[in-house]
Amino acid sequence: MRMGTCKMTKSLDSSTSRISEEQIQTTLPLKIVIVGHVDHGKSTLVGRLFHDTGSIPDGKVESIRAMCDRRGMPFEWAFILDALQAERDQGITIDISQIFFRTQHRHYVLIDAPGHREFVKNMITGAAQADAAVLVVDGRDGMQEQTRRHAYLLHLLGLHQIVVAINKMDLVGWSEARFHEVATEVREYLDDLGLDLQHIMQIPVSARDGDNIVARSTETPWYSGPTLTDALDTLQPPVGSLDLPLRFPVQDVYKFDDRRILAGRIESGHLRKGDTILFSPSNKQARVASIETWPSKDEVLAVRAGQSVGITLDEQLFVERGEFISLPTNPPMLTNVFRGHIFWLGREPLMAGRKYTMKLCTAEYQVEVEKVERVIDVADLGTSVIDRVDRNAVAEVILRSRRQIAVDPFDHNMHTGRFVLVDNYEMVGGGLISMDGYADQRRSQTIRSTNIFRVEHTIPLEARWEANGHKSGILWMTGLSGAGKSTLAFALEHYLFKKGYLVYVLDGDNVRHGLCSDLGFSPEDRVENIRRVGQAAGLFARAGYLVITAFISPYRADRDRVRALAPEMFHEIFVDAELGICETRDPKGLYKKARRGEIEEFTGITAPYEPPALPELRIDTSAQSIEDSVAMLSDYVLSTFSLASNR
Amino acid sequence: MDHLDVLESKSIYIIREAFNRIDKLAMLWSIGKDSNVMLWCARKAFFGHIPFPLLNIDTEKKFAEVYEFRDRITKEWNLDVRIGGCPPVEEMDQSLPPAARSAARKTAGLKRLIAEGSYTGLIAGIRRDEEGTRAKERVFSPRSETNTWNFRDQPPEFWDQFNTEFAPGTHVRVHPLLHWTEMDIWLYTRRENIPLVPLYFAKDGKRYRSLGDQDITFPVDSNADTIDAIIEELKYSKVAERAGRAMDHEAEDSFERLRADGYL
Repeated sequence: MRMGTCKMTKSLDSSTSRISEEQIQTTLPLKIVIVGHVDHGKSTLVGRLFHDTGSIPDGKVESIRAMCDRRGMPFEWAFILDALQAERDQGITIDISQIFFRTQHRHYVLIDAPGHREFVKNMITGAAQADAAVLVVDGRDGMQEQTRRHAYLLHLLGLHQIVVAINKMDLVGWSEARFHEVATEVREYLDDLGLDLQHIMQIPVSARDGDNIVARSTETPWYSGPTLTDALDTLQPPVGSLDLPLRFPVQDVYKFDDRRILAGRIESGHLRKGDTILFSPSNKQARVASIETWPSKDEVLAVRAGQSVGITLDEQLFVERGEFISLPTNPPMLTNVFRGHIFWLGREPLMAGRKYTMKLCTAEYQVEVEKVERVIDVADLGTSVIDRVDRNAVAEVILRSRRQIAVDPFDHNMHTGRFVLVDNYEMVGGGLISMDGYADQRRSQTIRSTNIFRVEHTIPLEARWEANGHKSGILWMTGLSGAGKSTLAFALEHYLFKKGYLVYVLDGDNVRHGLCSDLGFSPEDRVENIRRVGQAAGLFARAGYLVITAFISPYRADRDRVRALAPEMFHEIFVDAELGICETRDPKGLYKKARRGEIEEFTGITAPYEPPALPELRIDTSAQSIEDSVAMLSDYVLSTFSLASNR
Repeated sequence: MDHLDVLESKSIYIIREAFNRIDKLAMLWSIGKDSNVMLWCARKAFFGHIPFPLLNIDTEKKFAEVYEFRDRITKEWNLDVRIGGCPPVEEMDQSLPPAARSAARKTAGLKRLIAEGSYTGLIAGIRRDEEGTRAKERVFSPRSETNTWNFRDQPPEFWDQFNTEFAPGTHVRVHPLLHWTEMDIWLYTRRENIPLVPLYFAKDGKRYRSLGDQDITFPVDSNADTIDAIIEELKYSKVAERAGRAMDHEAEDSFERLRADGYL
């Protein structure tokens, strides 16, 4: 069934706005996916579209008619698409077909996706490749479950150009009222999804009889909008990602000869010979020594989004497949936790604690589902709080990896902002990345002052401990605002001071006014704030002090990084209290402000809190008094930090 | 980038993915116009090298021009070509119509060659626009241990993320030209000046649009004796490319049966 090169029918040839044959055949076809509920007439519409645009090779329709006669069955336009025997038997389109057709303006690749529920994976496979969609809705039934599901998935896949064909209008007597009823239903749903309705066109058609497909129907004098092919011809081809920052995922490293070539496709932006480039997540830098080509020997100075290229570097750097190349000025984010807006195709449900392989361009990471935040009901777009995502469902989940991942939020860069999940040899889901409420962790791990050498101290730490009568270390209190961190920290400090301990509390008040006075409360600034507190606490601890910190420190990765500075000296104290209780305490009136929307990114309300997985000590302040909590803490300190000789 | 650059870049990306992800990889080289374009893209992908063997299935019934071309290009391009023979037609499924039975020899020869090299991945130059069942193919298309294609339950494939992990015993067909059309092949062959078997060009009012075995492939009426003339002819042709391939037309399901069993 090849359709790419057909002659136009006479009616189309007579068009006055003809674009040259050469032009049409040397531009990329626009890719259209046809979706909708099962039996709403997708395949029939496609068959008719082909026939009426003159895109069917000579003899094809006749041979299908003959086949129908042989089998004693009525001819259906859908048979044109149903090239496989199995489909005719079962009466449903099992897999996607891609077929070429054309109007007088351009040619198209038409992707026919199945409507049957269990074949969502095929619908995704088809729609993910498309530039625009035709949503077929039966004029009798209106929107059905798969109509909504497909519309939702189109939205999730980033397809925003949608032509709605309200089909089988002949079966509702070409009723204008019915058309508007269905059209309104569809429009309201798409509006709720957040689609820009300006890109949405709705057309009354009868696919079987060819009304308003190519030719304007005489049955719809009340309709003045475009026919289906007119509507398709107004759709826009995809725009390249040239204006976005450079993203070049390394696909492979070749050493076929004396050159060491990094190969891959540039997903967005430009790359020039001589550019200094940054690799993420490894954070290495090098310069582009050459851009390699074959067979031409001409020097290439620049390459751009969409090209599959190869480059060499000015130094021998060990980099692997999966690193993202960017310019140092505009790198991807680094994180080990993010939110994914996913569609799930796996036979087994997705649940918290399950581990999957995540593929993001050429990179692969092992990720664990930390939490299923919400599952979305496509029928009414409501959400439910359940802890599992079943096959064909859409949901928002939190994913975490041990390693740092280089990502872009999907709304910054679609190429590096979407991922697939693989489980047991199968692709089981796909999703879009959101970093709302999560920090870019790059700054906290980039060491800028590389020419500073650490001075070796001549007084060993153990000697300081001996002199002070106790060991030193960091008691790192973490918990929600209002959980009681500062209260406990100062009470404990008071108690230990009286016992003769060298002890000092670092909290927001003494840090935010000086050391961190340049920082705000964005996720990035919070990360930097905690990094500085961690460094300062480390210095105190090495000076022999027992230092108590009292910061919300909501991100697990930040706390883990402080722990890594001094693993033996770090003690994580989880000051645990239910959000409701903290909100009632509200010592600084912050929750009220956050609820009124006066504070952005408030932990527990609009920003996440990640509780410690394995804290050294957990203090439940919703369940016990301050006195009991201080007693628990002091017991812990005396048993952990006292030296045998001490009191 | 013009439209040929876009097609080429995608094909190179796919070929590089296959090379990175598949341990025992080979490329099928039928000597036809499509497989020459595919080979050209592979040379671009690896900067003039071909880091895997090329497999050529010899039915011993090809045209003399095809053998001459194969041997010349193998030498000129320094290719590692492994040639595999085919069992006699008498050993094929006798329920298939005659031409399909003859074509099935190629599948049998292919299976034998795959087994000999224990390849886990094969790159093949089929296109979606050629024929209905090929339109349904994935770029990375898994095959069972017996090489069969389960077109009823294909894995999902999106965002250029391909299925590259497979249970032991399965192998994968990789299709880097799936998104090209016949016209694209000719436009690209002209632009890149890729060599071709001369049978594609018209002689005495006939030319071949597609090259199969001598006994089951027929020329079409044409005066197109240059690439420019072929491109001009294709702009207005409504005759299917595989019209000259007898086995496609004997019974409505014979090509589908061939493909489910492992034919390209």
